[in-house]
Amino acid sequence: MTILSLETIAIVRRQRLSHARRVTFGLLSALLLACTAAMLLGDFPVPALDVVQSLFSPLTGSANRSVDFIVLQVRLPRLCLALLSGAAFGLSGIIFQTLLRNPLASPDIIGIAHGASAAAVFCIIILGWSGLSVSLGAFAGAMLTALAIYLLAWRNGVTAYRVVLIGIATAAMLSAVISYLFTRARLFEVQQAMAWLVGSLNAARPEDSIVLATMLVLVLPLLLALVRGLDGLELGDDTAYALGTRVEITRLGLMLVGVALAAFATAAVGPVGFVAFVSGPIARRLMGGAGRGVPQAALVGALVMLASDLAAQHALASVQLPTGVVTGGFGAAFLIWLLIASGRSGRVN
Amino acid sequence: MLGLPGLAMALLAVAILSLTTGARAIPYDMVWSAFFSFDPAATEHRIIWDLRLPRTLVGLLVGAALGLAGAVLQGATRNPLADPSILGINSGAALFVVVGVAVFGITQLTTYVWLAFIGAGAAMLVVYSIAALGREGATPIKLALAGAAMTAVMQAIINAILLTSPRTLDEVRFWQVGSLAGRSMDIALQVSPFILAGAALAFLTARLLDGLSMGEDVARSLGQRIGLTRGLAGLAAVILAGAAVSAAGPIAFVGLTVPHVARAITGPSYRWILPYSMLMAPILLLGADVVGRVISPPGEVQVGIVTAFLGAPFFIALVRRRKLAAL
Repeated sequence: MTILSLETIAIVRRQRLSHARRVTFGLLSALLLACTAAMLLGDFPVPALDVVQSLFSPLTGSANRSVDFIVLQVRLPRLCLALLSGAAFGLSGIIFQTLLRNPLASPDIIGIAHGASAAAVFCIIILGWSGLSVSLGAFAGAMLTALAIYLLAWRNGVTAYRVVLIGIATAAMLSAVISYLFTRARLFEVQQAMAWLVGSLNAARPEDSIVLATMLVLVLPLLLALVRGLDGLELGDDTAYALGTRVEITRLGLMLVGVALAAFATAAVGPVGFVAFVSGPIARRLMGGAGRGVPQAALVGALVMLASDLAAQHALASVQLPTGVVTGGFGAAFLIWLLIASGRSGRVN
Repeated sequence: MLGLPGLAMALLAVAILSLTTGARAIPYDMVWSAFFSFDPAATEHRIIWDLRLPRTLVGLLVGAALGLAGAVLQGATRNPLADPSILGINSGAALFVVVGVAVFGITQLTTYVWLAFIGAGAAMLVVYSIAALGREGATPIKLALAGAAMTAVMQAIINAILLTSPRTLDEVRFWQVGSLAGRSMDIALQVSPFILAGAALAFLTARLLDGLSMGEDVARSLGQRIGLTRGLAGLAAVILAGAAVSAAGPIAFVGLTVPHVARAITGPSYRWILPYSMLMAPILLLGADVVGRVISPPGEVQVGIVTAFLGAPFFIALVRRRKLAAL
């Protein structure tokens, strides 16, 4: 009897593992396809062979300077930035959603994105800044907001429920700041701020990707060390204590990782809407209970970002839409389709 | 404890304050005579009847509607983050208004009312249909996710329009803050039947929401029809929130937080949460409107902004002080 059930467990485990592999493989293939499209498509047509040649030109020497410029200075940075920022948003989203045990509690709902946005709008409208300094301002805004939320929620430790409630109150205040600045500014500044708020990859430079990649490399070991703690925390604080999870320190570490990811990604591309929000639920629905879906959420985030950016560039012949306009639509449509397609709900909450 | 009579008194006081305060302060006896011995030649009397009274009435109606809508939605979805803006109601209204301004060149506030109301209803209908597909129907989690996803889609369209049409951005940036300024008696009369009907429906669902708050299985075993409860509660919330957003623009904070304050005072029963929310929300809204009128003369600060600034610190303090019952 015991042997039989052990065998069953082994079978279930194997099935789950293979399902997780299938999901990961599927997402990776989709990403690869999107990457290829991103490298090949553009206003200036470049044959596929030339693109490959250009990619190796730093090693082999350049064949055609203008093609090299387009491939290495325009398309590749944009592609890398989309992948990195998308993955960072996706990870940040699923960390918060799992940690706070609420599928709605992504950084763009509970105030962290609002902190970045309010700071950036302040920089643009009141200080008249633009470019890199706005990004730095947004980064500082996100970190300060997260710190404020954590400190305000601290009372002999923080609870998920308190973080969520204080987060939404903070978000409401910061939105009010943005609205107030919008009504007091000249229309031109409002347009500028609006463009930043929507988020875009149009101005992607190689340096952005390098900064973001460095940050991801720094944060990932911490995430890997802490990610097992997510399982414990998801069961509730008391159970987590009983299972031997060091609740406060694990939660603080994970929040730090989540905030850092969201803040760096926001600084690089703006508060691109809903990538952080949809990645977690999509990954979890795809996994259907075969794991917590953290790496898959990163893949989904990158995919949503890249596919949206492609659509933003090429959907309308005349206009280049900002990426943030499309992510909301694309990511949400994906999630809605999953909600409709999955007859029974997966492990979402 | 404040108690319902205490809250009613406070609401009356705020309403009177709202009649007397403004760019021109009007003493109480003048307000009194405006009501009981109206003189069309007196400027103060005209201000009371044409500006302050409609504004106060709209504030009362919208506040009550927002408080009730938030409480009902949180009860029906059992999610502390559920509010009209998460479930797509506000962005549906905003989408219709933005399209109305951008495509049809509408600039009349009274037309916004209808656009917003239809938009709110359409959005909620779509959200509910998406959530209701599948075997187990509209579970709270699917409702919340579908609502947030639809919000994202609609927000994307709104952003695309606002980015490409500066004229629309210029028009809509003042509407989307949420304001009570310039609301006429017509608007109060237009929305009041909807708010009364929505409130009645909300109070009918109170008992059902109490059942639901014990968990779906318990509610089902008590003989409750879960789908019907959620449908009724959703309908009440759409009517209330749709009317509110159409009259005053999207005001996010009130519906989200007031029910939590009510819950902290009364405990978990919706038979108490609903009336408390209905009285507390207009106190916050009208109070914020009065503060907004005097805070930066000669201009005004929109009520949507002031509510968040007055309400959020209070709300944070409350969350820190009390041990809140989780939903």
